[in-house]
Amino acid sequence: MPLGFSISPASDVPIFRQIMHQIQRAVAARALRIGEQLPAVRSLAESLVINPNTVARAYQELIREGLLESRSGRGVFVAERRQVFSEAEQTRRLRHLAEQLCQEATLLGAPWAEVSALLETTWKQLQRKPGAKS
Amino acid sequence: MNAAPVIEIDHLTKFYGTREIVRDLCLTVPPGSIYGFLGRNGMGKTTTIRILLGIEEPTRGGTRVFGEDSSRLSPATRARIGYLPEGHYVYGWMTVRECGRFQASFFPNWNQEVFDAVITHFRLDPKMKAGHLSRGQRAGVCLALTLAPEPELLVLDDPALGLDPVARRSLLQSMLYVTRQPHRTILFSSHLLSDVERVADRIVVLDGGALRADCTVEMFRQHVRHFVLTFRDTPPPTPPLPGLLESFRTDRELLITLANVSPEIEARIAELRPESIEQVEMALEDAFISYVGERGEKTFFTRQEPAK
Repeated sequence: MPLGFSISPASDVPIFRQIMHQIQRAVAARALRIGEQLPAVRSLAESLVINPNTVARAYQELIREGLLESRSGRGVFVAERRQVFSEAEQTRRLRHLAEQLCQEATLLGAPWAEVSALLETTWKQLQRKPGAKS
Repeated sequence: MNAAPVIEIDHLTKFYGTREIVRDLCLTVPPGSIYGFLGRNGMGKTTTIRILLGIEEPTRGGTRVFGEDSSRLSPATRARIGYLPEGHYVYGWMTVRECGRFQASFFPNWNQEVFDAVITHFRLDPKMKAGHLSRGQRAGVCLALTLAPEPELLVLDDPALGLDPVARRSLLQSMLYVTRQPHRTILFSSHLLSDVERVADRIVVLDGGALRADCTVEMFRQHVRHFVLTFRDTPPPTPPLPGLLESFRTDRELLITLANVSPEIEARIAELRPESIEQVEMALEDAFISYVGERGEKTFFTRQEPAK
């Protein structure tokens, strides 16, 4: 399994959302590629020692967001990228994240030059990382 | 869910002398789910479980398991229930293997493979004397004895009490293993909220002998909410909001924890005209402590199963 999931129950982030974040991160970093299959609900639940419904919930939410797709009888896969949010919604989400980043950076006293440089490198890293080879 | 309920508790009340232990408790558990039974010590969890299994008589009201009255459970129905009492009791003079053989003689559906698997999972030697085992090891034996008859309903009374983290993890794995088969139901009481969050489908909260919540873990967390209101100067006194669990004032802030926040209540919070309102997500444990803590009001949010 390429995914090293880890969860911490006592956190203020619900377990299903922790799993969602990890899948989102893995897809963004191409550790999980389009068309790749996710572990079965049962086996992931048992390896994490959590209720299977929690895993199913995380998968369902990501299917709704269009990141994953369920192929009947065969399991859950990383979906072809497509626009599921309206342009306005996408902008809203991005703005929210940008606000968060800027707030934190201001609190840390980081100059804009550093923030923008970091953004650019992170962006490029994500675009480049090819999973295995190709 | 249309299947007949596994557990039905109907207006159950129990007195010990003049002390009311359980007050007018109603609860229905459908098959195929894991229920975490929560509440502080002395809030009626063990008593409810014992009445459910016919070990004690109710004062008023009644309970049914698999449709049979708890006080008159037939041996066939009892064989479908696995009960792990608090304390992990074993016959100390038997070896682990003898404990298994003794228990097996009572159950027609005894599955020796399950017994052996749990014993191995807890790294126990079948030749060891049960009386010489540690707490965690005894828990392993008790769990093996409870699981081997392949019960359809598993009732675990504080099974994690006194276990080390490794044994606790094994316990949770065993519980998930049980529910691999459909229609297996587990009711377990616990004080370890991180364990409950891991495995439970729903939680039931008892406080002062009364039911205070019956909902999913997620629902519980969503219903108990924490707000941080920041003011330009001294915050106003906390208004008497319905569902107020806790409030705390600092120089500039008012921190309030509420159950069952509605849009009307949010509007009343906004009327206090704070500079900012921030909502903070709470961990299950914090939500629970606020909910049943000293200052907690008797606010109910019980979810009825959809009508059948």
